[in-house]
Amino acid sequence: MASGYNAKEEDGHIGVVGLGGASLRGRKPENTAFKQQRLPAWQPILTAGSVLPAFFIIGLIFIPIGIGLYVTSNNIREFEIDYTGVEVSSPCYNCAQNFSWHSTTPCTCSIQFYLHQAYESNVFMYYGLSNFYQNHRRYVKSRDDSQLNGDISSLTKPSKECEPYANHDHKPIAPCGAIANSMFNDTLELFYIDPNGTRVPVALSSTGIAWWTDKHVKFRNPGGSTNLTAAFQGTVKPVNWRHPVYELDTDPENNGFINEDFIVWMRTAALPTFRKLYRVIQKKNNMAPTLPRGNYSLQVQYNFPVRSFEGRKRVILSTISWMGGKNPFLGIAYVTVGSVCFFLGVVLLFIHHKYGNRTNNADITN
Amino acid sequence: MPWMNPLARIRDAWRGQRARDKELRNLVSNLPYEGLDKHKQPNRHFPGNGIKTTKYSILFFLPMNLFEQFHRLANLYFVGLAILNFVPMVQAFEPEVALIPICVILALTALKDAWEDFGRYQSDKELNGLPCFVYSRKKKCYVEKRWKDVRVGDFVKVESNDTVPADLLLLFTSDPNGVCHIETANLDGETNLKQRRAVPGACVTDPEFEPESFTGVVICEKPNINLNHFKCYIEKVDKEKLGAGISNLLLRGCTVRNTGYAIGFVVYAGHETKSMLNNNGPRYKRSRLERRLNVDVIFCILLLVLMCIIGSLGHYLWLESMPGVPLYLVPHGDGHLDTPSLASFYMFFSMIILLQVLIPISLYVSIELVKIGQIFFITNDLDLYDEDTDSRVQCKALNITEDLGQIQFIFSDKTGTLTENKMVFRRCSIMGIEYPHKENAVRLSVLNKRDEDEDVLFSQTPSTKQPWSLDSEEPPEKKSERTSKSKAHSDVAFSSPLETEVIPDQKLLRQLGGTDRTDAYLDFFLALAICNTVVVSMATGKRRRSSVFLQRRQSTPLDTFSSLMKKLGSWTCLRIRSTPDTSPSAQELSGDLTGGQTRHLHVPPRGTTPAVPTDELCYEAESPDEAVLVHTAKAYGFVLLSRTPDSVTVRLPSGAQLRYEVLDTLTFDSTRKRMSVLVRHPISKQCILYTKGADYAIMELLETPHGGKLQTDIASDTQQHLDCYAKDGLRTLCITKKVLSDREYENWAVKRHQALTAMDDREQLIMDSAVTIETDLCLLGATGVEDRLQDNVPDTIMSLREAGIRVWVLTGDKTETAVNIGYACRLLEPDDLLINMSCQNKITCTSTLNCALEEVRRFADDPRNVDTTPDISLVIDGRTLTMVTSPDLRERFVDLAKRCRSVLCCRVTPLQKSHVVKFIREKLKVMTLAVGDGANDVNMIQAADIGVGVCGQEGMQAVMASDFAISRFKHLKKLLLVHGHWCYSRLANMVIYFFYKNAANVNLLFWFQFFCGFTANAMIDHWLMIFFNLIFTSVPPVMFGIMDKDVSAEMLLGLPELYRTGQGKGEYTFFTFWMSMLDAFYQSLVAFFVPYYTYRGSNIDIFSFGTPLNTISLFTILLHLSIEIKAWTFVHVIVIVGSVLLYFGVTLAYGFMYLNYSGFWTLQTQMADPMFYLVCLIATVIALLPRYLFHVLKNSIAPSPIVQARHLDTLEPSARDQWMKEWRSFRGGVQDKTPDESVPPSPSLESLNDDSIMDDEFTLNVITESRHRPGSL
Repeated sequence: MASGYNAKEEDGHIGVVGLGGASLRGRKPENTAFKQQRLPAWQPILTAGSVLPAFFIIGLIFIPIGIGLYVTSNNIREFEIDYTGVEVSSPCYNCAQNFSWHSTTPCTCSIQFYLHQAYESNVFMYYGLSNFYQNHRRYVKSRDDSQLNGDISSLTKPSKECEPYANHDHKPIAPCGAIANSMFNDTLELFYIDPNGTRVPVALSSTGIAWWTDKHVKFRNPGGSTNLTAAFQGTVKPVNWRHPVYELDTDPENNGFINEDFIVWMRTAALPTFRKLYRVIQKKNNMAPTLPRGNYSLQVQYNFPVRSFEGRKRVILSTISWMGGKNPFLGIAYVTVGSVCFFLGVVLLFIHHKYGNRTNNADITN
Repeated sequence: MPWMNPLARIRDAWRGQRARDKELRNLVSNLPYEGLDKHKQPNRHFPGNGIKTTKYSILFFLPMNLFEQFHRLANLYFVGLAILNFVPMVQAFEPEVALIPICVILALTALKDAWEDFGRYQSDKELNGLPCFVYSRKKKCYVEKRWKDVRVGDFVKVESNDTVPADLLLLFTSDPNGVCHIETANLDGETNLKQRRAVPGACVTDPEFEPESFTGVVICEKPNINLNHFKCYIEKVDKEKLGAGISNLLLRGCTVRNTGYAIGFVVYAGHETKSMLNNNGPRYKRSRLERRLNVDVIFCILLLVLMCIIGSLGHYLWLESMPGVPLYLVPHGDGHLDTPSLASFYMFFSMIILLQVLIPISLYVSIELVKIGQIFFITNDLDLYDEDTDSRVQCKALNITEDLGQIQFIFSDKTGTLTENKMVFRRCSIMGIEYPHKENAVRLSVLNKRDEDEDVLFSQTPSTKQPWSLDSEEPPEKKSERTSKSKAHSDVAFSSPLETEVIPDQKLLRQLGGTDRTDAYLDFFLALAICNTVVVSMATGKRRRSSVFLQRRQSTPLDTFSSLMKKLGSWTCLRIRSTPDTSPSAQELSGDLTGGQTRHLHVPPRGTTPAVPTDELCYEAESPDEAVLVHTAKAYGFVLLSRTPDSVTVRLPSGAQLRYEVLDTLTFDSTRKRMSVLVRHPISKQCILYTKGADYAIMELLETPHGGKLQTDIASDTQQHLDCYAKDGLRTLCITKKVLSDREYENWAVKRHQALTAMDDREQLIMDSAVTIETDLCLLGATGVEDRLQDNVPDTIMSLREAGIRVWVLTGDKTETAVNIGYACRLLEPDDLLINMSCQNKITCTSTLNCALEEVRRFADDPRNVDTTPDISLVIDGRTLTMVTSPDLRERFVDLAKRCRSVLCCRVTPLQKSHVVKFIREKLKVMTLAVGDGANDVNMIQAADIGVGVCGQEGMQAVMASDFAISRFKHLKKLLLVHGHWCYSRLANMVIYFFYKNAANVNLLFWFQFFCGFTANAMIDHWLMIFFNLIFTSVPPVMFGIMDKDVSAEMLLGLPELYRTGQGKGEYTFFTFWMSMLDAFYQSLVAFFVPYYTYRGSNIDIFSFGTPLNTISLFTILLHLSIEIKAWTFVHVIVIVGSVLLYFGVTLAYGFMYLNYSGFWTLQTQMADPMFYLVCLIATVIALLPRYLFHVLKNSIAPSPIVQARHLDTLEPSARDQWMKEWRSFRGGVQDKTPDESVPPSPSLESLNDDSIMDDEFTLNVITESRHRPGSL
C-alpha cells in the first residue's frame, strides 16, 4: 500500500528564472551554529561507568518506597464476602435461583460473618462484581451525557447512543442507555451482633461516595433539584428499574441524576472484575473502633442477577490509606525493581572494572 | 472574436492538432495578417508564448489535488478506514474522530502543494509579463509587448543583455558579419559566449532589416527536446532554399551579449520552446531505505491482520462462553443481538479501525519533513560551498538523501571530475623535436605548492604548518616577485593565470627566431591559433559578472576566525621565479584583498610581449583544451585577434596581421575525435586545412610516406613523444596541415552545401563530408596539455576507499594517461597488485581473465596474506570491457571486480559507462554512485542509484541529470562521509523509532482487548488517542530525524571507516526492525500490566485506568527516544519537554472543558493521587530498563566503531588526533603516507636530471617499472 505514496510527479520550475542580476546574489551559506550543525550539544555515552550511579540511585530510592508501600498496604484491613449464592449451602441460593426483574416481593437473604480484627478508621463498604464487562464498547457508549447534565431537550429526546434503551412505549427513558438500565440495585444492610445477641444496625452513609465534580458539575437534574417529579414528567423509568429516577432517594440532594449510587454506577469500571463504593461507615468517636471485632450480619435485598454471565457479587469492607485499597503489588514491584537495579549496578561496576579502562582510554584498536 | 459556427470551430481545432503534430511546420510572417481576426491568422494553431507551469487552477484546486492525493495507495487505505467507520456495525470510534488524521494529512499535503503551485504561478506571471519588442506593421517600428503576447511568426528584436523571449530564428544582427553572441547560462549554466549567426541571404538587410520584406516560408521540424540540434530551412518566394541550424537559433532564456541588437523570427513559442521542453522537475527516486521500509509496512499489515484475527476470534469465544444474555450486551436498535459468528466478523473490522495506527499513517509525511530538513542542512553546509563559482551543493532529488550514507561503489569520470578540466600547457613536439618547457613546469610547480597548503588546512590532519607559513619560510635573500592570485578571477571562463600564462621554451624561441625549418613551426603555431572555435572578446567588454562578484567579495566581513583562516589559506602568496603576465584585475585584487600580506609589485614588461596590449583580449572557448592552445600560440607571439564566421585575424610575432578567410569549420564530434578549419591564406591564396585531434584519430590519416623518409621519422618520433606525454598523464593532441587545390575544394564545397541543407540525416551527411576531406594530412607536431587534478582529490579518494567504497574511474582517455592520473590521485598505489587487461580478441581476453582470477585467488589464499587485504587494482580498456561483460565471461569478471579495490576503465564510451554502472549495480546488488561533469556522463549518472553532477567547465548537462550537484570533487567526501552518514543514520533510526512508537502505543489497546471481551473498546478517549500520535509524539521523532548527530563531523572526516556502518546492512535491518518491534511489545506489556495489577479489583473507572496507561506510554516513548538521541541541544530539550507539557496541558484542558466527556476531570483526579505518580514511575523504569541496559552493555563490552569514535570525540583535540592517527594506522595502515605524497603528476622525461630545479617531492612520482608488479599482464 505504501509503495505509491510518494510517487508524485513534482513539476519543478527551473526554466529561465533568475534573469538579470538575480544570479549575482551571493549564495554563500550563513555561518551560524544552527545551519552548520554546530549547536553546543551534550553527548552522553551510555557506558557502564557513566550509568553506574543511576542504577544505584534507582535502587536506593525504590527499595524504601517499595517497603513503605508494602507496609501501608499490609496495614489496610479488608474483609470480603461473596453473597452470589451459587452453592446450595449459601443463604442467598434461593434468591439467586428465582430471579425476575419485575417481581414485586423482594427476595432477601442475610449472611453472618465474623470480623477478627477491629476496624479503627473510616470503613468503606464496596460491592464487587466479577465478570461484569462494564467496559464493553457498546455498553460504555450507551448513555447520553447531556441528558445526565440536565439538558431538557436531551431528556425528552435521548441521543441515538442510548438505543435500544432510549425510548419505551414511545416515551423517552430517563436516564437512558444500557448503563443506567443495568444499574446495580441490591440493597445491603449491615448489622453488628452484640455479644449478647442483639442486632445493632451499622450507620451507613450514602453520600460522599461519588466524585465531587461528577456530583456537582457533570450530573445535574433537569430544572434544578426542586420538583423532580415534575421535572421528569413525560419520561419513563429504565426498563429494569423498579422505581423511577426521582424516587432513588428521599433526600432531594441525593435524588434524580445526582443520586450518588447512580453516579458511581455510571462511572463505568475499567476491568470486568471491579468494586464500587457503596457506603461509608464514618468513625463516630476516637474511643470506639468503627467496626469492633465480633459477629456481623449482612442483610441483602437480592435484586441484581449475575447468573447470565456467571458473575459473582461480593461485599467488601475496607479501611483506606493514602494509597487507596489493599494492594501489595506495587510495593513488591518497587522492592523488586530496586533490588534488581542495585544488583545490576554491582554487575556494571564489575564490568566497568573489567572493560572500563578500555573504553575510557579509547583503546579502540582492539 | 466574431461568432464562428461550432462545426467550423471543431474543424479548426482538428486542423490545429494536425498542424502541430506534423513532422515539418510551415511558418509564415504574421505581418501581412496583422489586425485580422484570430481564425484568419496563419499561425493560430501554434501555442502562444505565455507559459503556465502550475498544476492547478484556483477553482479546481481541491478536486484535482484530492484526486492526485488519492493516487497514493496509503491515503486510499486510510480513507477506506475512515469510511469503514461510518458502517454502524463496525464503528469503533466516533466516525468524525476517525476522519481527523486523514484530513490533517490530506490538508497538510494540499497546503504544501498549493504553496508550491503558488510559487510556480508567481514565477510564470513574472516571466509572462516581461517586456520585449515586437515589430508592428501599423506603427512601422518595434513596439513593446509582454512575453506572453509574442506569437509564432512575429519578428522580435532583442537588445544587448536582454533575454530572448522565445526560440528565434536569427535573421539580422547589428553586427556587420551577422554574428550574435549569446550566453546560455540560464539554460545550461555555460558561461562562455557562443556565436550565433543570422541566416545569410534570408532577406534584405541593407542598410536596415525590413521585417515586411520577409516573404519566405520557414519550414522547421516539430519541437523537440534537443538543445543542440535544430533543423530548418527557409524557402524563399523564388523557391531558393536556405538551410539553417542550431547556429541560427536563439533559444528562449539565452542572453544576448556583445551585440547591439538582434532580430529574429519566432519559430517556437511558449511551451514548445526548447528550454521549456527541457524543463523537467526533480525526478523521483526511491531510496533503498524506503524500499526496505515498505517491506516492513507490509509486515506491519500482517501483524495488524494477525492481531485483528486474534481479536475477532477472542470475541467469538467470549460470546460463546456466555451462558445467557448478560446485561452488558447491548442489542441493536431493534432489540436483536448478532450471532457470535457475525459479531466476531464485524469485530474484525472494528479491530482494524482500532489498531490502524500500527501502520504508521504519519510516517510518510514525517519522512518527507525530515528529508526537507536534511536537505536544508546539506545545502547550507559552508564546507560544500564553492567560493569560485558561488555555488552551494544542490539537491535535485529530494528523497534519496539517506542513500548517500550507503554507497559501496563510486563510478567517477576523470576529466573535469577528478581533474580541474582547466588545461595547462606543458610541452610540445614540433616536427619530431621535443620542447619540454621547463620554466613553465617550474611555474606550475609553485602553483601546485599552494594547493598543497590548502590540502593541509582542509584535511584536518594535524599540521604544524600554518596556512601562511609560505611567507615566513621564504628565505629573505630570494628576491622573488610575488603576486597574489585570487580565485575570483577564474570566474571568467578558462582564463585563470594558470592557463593563460605560458612561459615559452627558450630553445623553441630560438628556433622560431632562426631560419631553419621555420615554415613548419609557423604552421604549427598558426594551426594552434586558428584551428579552434575560440571567440575573441575585449577584456573591457567582459561580462559584468566578475566585477560585481569581486565587489561583493571585498565587502564580505570576515566575521569569524575560521573564515579568516580559510580565506588566508586560499590567498596564500605565491613564489614565482619569473613573472608571467598577470591580467590587470588580478593585480588590483592583490592589493585590495591581501593587504599587508603581499607587496604589490610592478610587473616588468617581458621581452616578447608585443607593444599592443594584447592582455585585453579575452578568449571564450567551448573547451578548455582550445583555450590553452590559443594562449600558448599567443605566448609565442601568434595572437588570435578576432574571429568572425568568415575570417580569422592573427598577428604574427613580426607584428604583421594576417586575415585568413575561413572557408569552413568542421566542428569536433566524438566519433571523429578531431576538428578542422579550412582557411584561405591571405597571401598565397592557398586553401589550407588545419586539423587537430586525438593522436589515434590523426595518425591513421597521415599522408602516405611517398615524400621521403622525413615524414615517417617525424611521425614515429612524435608518436614516441606522445607516448611519453601520455605516461605523464598529459592530454595529447596532434596538429596537422593539408594544402588543397582549388579544384579539390570546389568539388568538396558542393557536397558540403548539399549536406548542410539536407533535412534528413543531416548530421550523418555533414560528418561524412568532413571525413572525406580529412585525409592525407601532414603532421606538424603534437602538444601535451596537463589537466590538473582538483584540490584534495587524492585525499578524497583515500578517504572514500578507507570508508569501504570501491572507486572506479571511467575515462575516455588512453590507458597510459589514465594510469598516471590514477597514481596521481591515489586511486592506484605503488605497491598495489596491478592487473592490466587490454586484449584484442575474445580468446586472449578469456585467458587473461582466467589468469588474473587465478592470481588474485592465489594471493587471497596465500596464508601469508591472511591479515593483509590484497590491494588489487584493475586497469581495463573499453574493448576488453565489452568482451568481459558478455554473458559467458560475466560471472568471472564480477568475481574479479569484487576482489579489486579500484578499477580504472579507459577508452570507454558514454554508453559503456552506463553499462558498467548498470552491470555492477545489478550483478553485485550494491549501492552505486556515479559522478561526472560532462554530457558524456549523463547516461552513467542516470544509471546509478545516485547521480552526482560536478558543475564544471563543460556545461550543465550532467548537473541537470544529476540528483546532487557539487562544484568540486572534494565535496564528495563531506557529502558522503558526513551528510550521507548522518542522513542515513538519522532517517534509519527515525523510521525504526516510528514503527516502534506506533506499535508500543497501539499494543496497549490490544492488551486491553483481553479484558473487555475483545469488543474493540479503548480505555483512552478517542480524541486523546488521535492527539497522541498527531500532536504529542510527532514532533520529537521528526526533530530526531533532522538534528541528531551520532558522531561529530570531524570524527567522520577523520575516520572514514565509520562510514562502513551504513553500507550494506546498516542500522535499518530486519534485525533492528524486529528488535524494536519486540521492544515495543515488551514496553506496552509493561505499560499495561503494571497499572493493571496495581488497579486490579479496585473501583477504578475506565478512563481513570487509561490515564496512567497513556501517561506511561508517553513517558516511555519519549524517554526511549532520549536514549536514542546521541547529541542533546537546546532544541531537543525544548521539543521533548514541550511534548510532555503539551500532553498534560491538552489532557487537563480537555478533561476540564469537555463536559460531555465521560472522562471528565479524570487526569485532575489522577494527578491528585500519589499512586498515579508511583505507577507511572515504576512502569516507565521497568519498560526502559532492558533497552537502557542493552545499550550500556553493548557500549561497554563490545563498543561499535561509532561508539568508540564518540569516546574520542570527548577527548582533548590533541589527544583525539593522536588516537585517530593510531586508529587509522592500525586499521588501514595508510595514514602515514597521506598528505605529503599526494602530488599531481609531474613530468618524468627529465625528472632524472632536473632535480636541480624541482623540489625533491616531485621525483617521488616518477613512473618506474617497479610499480608494475610481475603479476600484471
